[in-house]
Amino acid sequence: MVNIKINGIRIQVPDHTTVLEAAKKVGVHIPTLCHLKLDDFGIVNKVSSCRVCVVEEIGKPSLIPSCSALVYEGMNIRTDSVKALNARRNNLELLLSNHPFDCLTCAKNLQCELQSLANELHITEIHAKGEKMFYPIDKSSNAIVKDPNKCVMCRRCETMCNEVQTVGVLSAINRGFGVVVAPAFNIDLADSSCTYCGQCVAVCPTAALIARSDIQKVWRALANERRHVVVQVAPAVRVAIGEMFGMAPGTISTGKVVTALRRLGFDAVFDTNFGADLTIIEEANELVHRIQHGGVLPMLTSCCPAWVKFFEHQFPDMLDIPSTCKSPQIMLGAIIKSYYLKNLDILPRRLKVVSIMPCVAKKAEGARPELSKDELNNVDYVLSTRELGYMIKEAGIDFANLEESEFDNLLGESTGAAAIFGTTGGVIEAATRTAYEMITGESLGNVDFKQLRGLEGIREATVKIGSLDLKIGIAHGLGNARKLLESIKAGTSHFHAIEIMACPGGCIGGGGQPYHHGNQEILKKRQDAIYAIDKSLPRRKSHENEMVLKLYDEYLGAPYGEKAHDLLHTCYTPGERI
Amino acid sequence: MNSKYTLLVCDGASCKTTHKANLAAGFKKVIAEKKLGEFVSVVKTGCFGICGQGPIVKVLPDDLLYVSVKQTDIEEIVEEHIKNGNVVKRLLYTDPFTQEPVEKQKGKKIYQKQFRIALRNCGLINPEDITEYIAVRGYEALASVLADKTPIEVVELMKKSKLRGRGGGGFPTGLKWEFTAKQPGNEKYVICNADEGDPGAFMDRSVLEGDPHSVLEAMAIAGYAIGASQGYIYVRAEYPLAIHRLNIAMEQAREYGFLGKNIFSSGFDFDIDIRLGAGAFVCGEETALIHSMEGQRGEPTKKPPFPSVSGFRKKPTSVNNVETFANIPAIVLNGADWFASIGTENSKGTKVFALAGKINNIGLVEVPMGTTLREIIYDIGGGMVNNKEFKAVQSGGPSGGVIPKEHLDTPIDYESLKQIGSMMGSGGLIVLDEDDDIVQLAKFYLDFTQDESCGKCTPCRIGTKRMYEILDRLTKLEGSPDDLDILEDLAVNIKNSALCGLGQSAPNPVLSTMEYFKDEYEAYAYRKVKHTYSIITDKCIGCTKCARVCPVECISGSVKVPHVIDESLCIACGACYTACPVNAIEKP
Amino acid sequence: MKINSRSELVELRKSLSNKITLRESGATTDDTIEILIGMATCGIASGAKDTYNELITVIEDLNLTNVKVISVGCLGYCYMEPTVQVCIPGEEPLLYGKITKDKAFELIEKVIVERVYLSDNLLIRSFDKAGASNE
Ligand SMILES: Cc1cc2nc3c(=O)[nH]c(=O)nc-3n(C[C@H](O)[C@H](O)[C@H](O)COP(=O)(O)O)c2cc1C
Ligand code: FES
Repeated sequence: MVNIKINGIRIQVPDHTTVLEAAKKVGVHIPTLCHLKLDDFGIVNKVSSCRVCVVEEIGKPSLIPSCSALVYEGMNIRTDSVKALNARRNNLELLLSNHPFDCLTCAKNLQCELQSLANELHITEIHAKGEKMFYPIDKSSNAIVKDPNKCVMCRRCETMCNEVQTVGVLSAINRGFGVVVAPAFNIDLADSSCTYCGQCVAVCPTAALIARSDIQKVWRALANERRHVVVQVAPAVRVAIGEMFGMAPGTISTGKVVTALRRLGFDAVFDTNFGADLTIIEEANELVHRIQHGGVLPMLTSCCPAWVKFFEHQFPDMLDIPSTCKSPQIMLGAIIKSYYLKNLDILPRRLKVVSIMPCVAKKAEGARPELSKDELNNVDYVLSTRELGYMIKEAGIDFANLEESEFDNLLGESTGAAAIFGTTGGVIEAATRTAYEMITGESLGNVDFKQLRGLEGIREATVKIGSLDLKIGIAHGLGNARKLLESIKAGTSHFHAIEIMACPGGCIGGGGQPYHHGNQEILKKRQDAIYAIDKSLPRRKSHENEMVLKLYDEYLGAPYGEKAHDLLHTCYTPGERI
Repeated sequence: MNSKYTLLVCDGASCKTTHKANLAAGFKKVIAEKKLGEFVSVVKTGCFGICGQGPIVKVLPDDLLYVSVKQTDIEEIVEEHIKNGNVVKRLLYTDPFTQEPVEKQKGKKIYQKQFRIALRNCGLINPEDITEYIAVRGYEALASVLADKTPIEVVELMKKSKLRGRGGGGFPTGLKWEFTAKQPGNEKYVICNADEGDPGAFMDRSVLEGDPHSVLEAMAIAGYAIGASQGYIYVRAEYPLAIHRLNIAMEQAREYGFLGKNIFSSGFDFDIDIRLGAGAFVCGEETALIHSMEGQRGEPTKKPPFPSVSGFRKKPTSVNNVETFANIPAIVLNGADWFASIGTENSKGTKVFALAGKINNIGLVEVPMGTTLREIIYDIGGGMVNNKEFKAVQSGGPSGGVIPKEHLDTPIDYESLKQIGSMMGSGGLIVLDEDDDIVQLAKFYLDFTQDESCGKCTPCRIGTKRMYEILDRLTKLEGSPDDLDILEDLAVNIKNSALCGLGQSAPNPVLSTMEYFKDEYEAYAYRKVKHTYSIITDKCIGCTKCARVCPVECISGSVKVPHVIDESLCIACGACYTACPVNAIEKP
Repeated sequence: MKINSRSELVELRKSLSNKITLRESGATTDDTIEILIGMATCGIASGAKDTYNELITVIEDLNLTNVKVISVGCLGYCYMEPTVQVCIPGEEPLLYGKITKDKAFELIEKVIVERVYLSDNLLIRSFDKAGASNE
């Protein structure tokens, strides 16, 4: 413990406390911008670059950044000296002097940390005006829009991209006034090895990095009488969207989402969870097949598109280990565009599939060329949870007080196993439930594999399935995934199956979800809600989904069979690390 | 008259212009008149380094100096000294310590303002031949510390010598070594900072090119003191010759066993590698330098932690400057007390400066701390070119400031320079005369820093750009008085809140010039500065040269008739000024 | 040739001390004349390399077997580059500045052969330095 003084107030704080944290303890607020501390993930953005949080340390000529300066015995701080206030205001004014003032139409309007800071410090005039940065806006990718002119060089995205996700695409480039965060040589994101995980988007304080908006396209499709527009909703959406309407984190609003989507004019509302059940049947069959026929092990899950892009670029020599299963959204899209279409009396191109996803990468996944058939994508438009929220708001729907309704059949039926796809550990648990019964031929009594749950970055567990010790690995966050993959490559770990999700927490923490600002409590609530849905459902094993079984019976034939292969499986392309 | 005399007559630019004397010709004339030609030869020589007492005449073989010799003294010197063999006592050089006139210079060298420690071997030995370094006691300092001293004693010796870092900051080297030595763990590093990015600075390059072994030897001593067995020299790739000579030197040192395993059979291992820098100014900042060495972007990070705690590869690292290192073998050989006896109370030893600008003897000088600017400029530097009026000295490059006339007699050391708003920096000294424009100078430095900023922190990335823009506006007469307030606010806030030394010192050129030359800023702000060239009608001979070179064709007039400049069109390029053969053009 | 101890190093230095005395005071018995030429970046930029080559050529042409040209670092006299120092045994070493290629012949002829000063180019060494050659 050390004794320090802040604005004359004496306080004792533990070693390694920052001045900012210490100030908070005595009720002193210091504005910050670049600072980002996602305690629960152990992520700290320590660049201290914005200098908006500087405070005066008595006796030192230079001001110090409170967000990273550590306390020491006898430290004497003034956060309110004129010298500090002037510097903070000056630095904020400087940032604003180099910012495009298109706030009214900015994607981050009223959600922008720079904007609220300007409000907080009551900036009404910029004294030193001058040239502004001018870079082209990068709209090359199908998922993320990068506007370097709005970059404030907080480097949070860089921390996420390099330290947390180890993707290594974003870093500072150039020198002097022209410095921005961008891929090396300022190439387009689409040409880089960006996975579109969206974690950069999730932490960007301004609109320098935003998810591409597809709202307008969806409105257009809905407005067209001749279009038959169906929508599917991913498992993690229903436990998070309520947050945008003042509901407590972890509120389950499945029924409200369905009602809202109908009100918005969708012709049918399906559940991605159906696709998830389908995925499990295919994936469990693939796993069992690989185990029983000496195939490549471990088998890696392939539901997460950011993860798919990650291994294509980072481990191009290991493309034979991931499952060939398409993700649930794409599987469902493929079924809608084939099986469902069959019974509709319309031209195939008039059927549009919209997905509501917690994810930014799903937008890019929807546009992958190999995930289309006869030049029609399995999925046409992907909206993030946030985008759906905006549409609901725009339509004036009182979401919180909405009555509940059910998904359309038959692609609306799902089991508890599908529900847990939304959280880290869920996919593999769902697969285990099915694989267990497939391998042993016995019915599984307790479906809760608690050893697979949790929020630690890397988890390992062994599940006894008859005589087989099924070794399972789980990682969330791509940095953790890399560690697992490297241990496989080095031959130091031996798993049968591994589940990987790119975002911290899994889809519940996806880049398209309402901003959780790294608050793990929110993630835990969402996770609890996911498991609560699982528990509440009568059927909790994917192979018990009657509608899925019906689909196989009527249309697909045998699981992991020929037709299933054609519609539900995919292949991977090696990429480079750029 | 017994022997043949040679008169070495100072012909340095300073003496020539300051005293408008042509002593050599005078001597020749008088000697010819007296028909002494066959006994005396008159030789013109360069500057003696004591221009303040010039012009100077050295008489050989008697080896004595006459100072402040005037045209009117020639007769007497020739008559008395040459002809009659009597020394002209009143003109003799006076020893500054004993105040005695020095009759026989022999043995007693004239007191020089320059004293070279870091540069002691530069120009004396062949840097590519290790035996020449050995001949000047090279590697004996290393041998002696390995034989006689514990690492702690070496640290103590450095502390006692009070050597301070020559890279700009002036941090006591002994303390830095002590911090590094005290860190736990046995993986530590010594880094030699040879990035030298200040525009106009080249002292480190000279040391590396002229005496690379002294740096290698000092690095090994540092390694021994702090417990490191690996050193790195971070040198800018733009210094190919320095790199070449360092490589040769390292190879030879290994061959002789001064680097490598078990040096001098002491059990101490130390080797050195070179890392090339791409020449970004900010990479001279030690944390940025370390990141650059680690293959990351050359960007500074917050201190603490200091490199001595967590440096290269997160291990304790002592980063020292080239010139700092070059002092160390001399300190070990001559003792800490010797070193501490040179210089001022808080700044010991000497400092190398790169003299440039409107001064006669442009070059590298090394002077004891505490030497005044006047001595450097007028005695060593040979005074102002064309005897123009001294205006100020810019010291410390882009991190420093100007020192005006009223501080010419300030003894230079780390503290005094800071006090008058400048900085030791790496040691660039640019001398300005009455013709130099202070605001343009500040603009030049801000242009440099805004361009060289790594762009990490807001005040430096955007702030220096804004400062530059204001200066640019002002000098184009597009500014306003408000701009001066904004400029000053920016300067103060950037200085207070930037992340690293680059940003914190970037406003210095503006702050110090605003302090001493506010009127020049105001002249621009209130647009009182005449911004165009004009022709002095009385002087113009109508040669048409100016009209022909004017790129915007704003000069008119017929042959042999005085020309005129249309001031509304003049872009102040100065072409006419250069072209005019009769100085009939007036500058803005 | 590995040096294993301080005494070996000191022995070696003593055997080499002649050349440094020559350069510092001229007080040696050896009869080798040395011409030191400043070959740092600044010198080279002002043409020291050409001067160096020319000096060698002239020495060969005149068959001066006792004259050695040695490249050294910078003396700091930027305004007088290229600079050379002529060290003649028994005489005080002298510095000359602005010895460009076309001055090389004159330098050798006047200073070494005729033993007169090269007026106009003479440069006085204007510094003291830390002694290192004495123990
Ligand atoms: C912008 C900037 C540039 C610097 N450039 C150099 C440099 O070129 N050479 C150098 O030795 N030190 C430079 N420094 C100082 C170093 O950070 C460091 O203090 C120094 O290398 C320590 O060595 P010393 O203690 O021997 O001076 C620079 C500092 C800053 C802030
Ligand atoms: S919040 Fe501390 S420097 Fe940006």
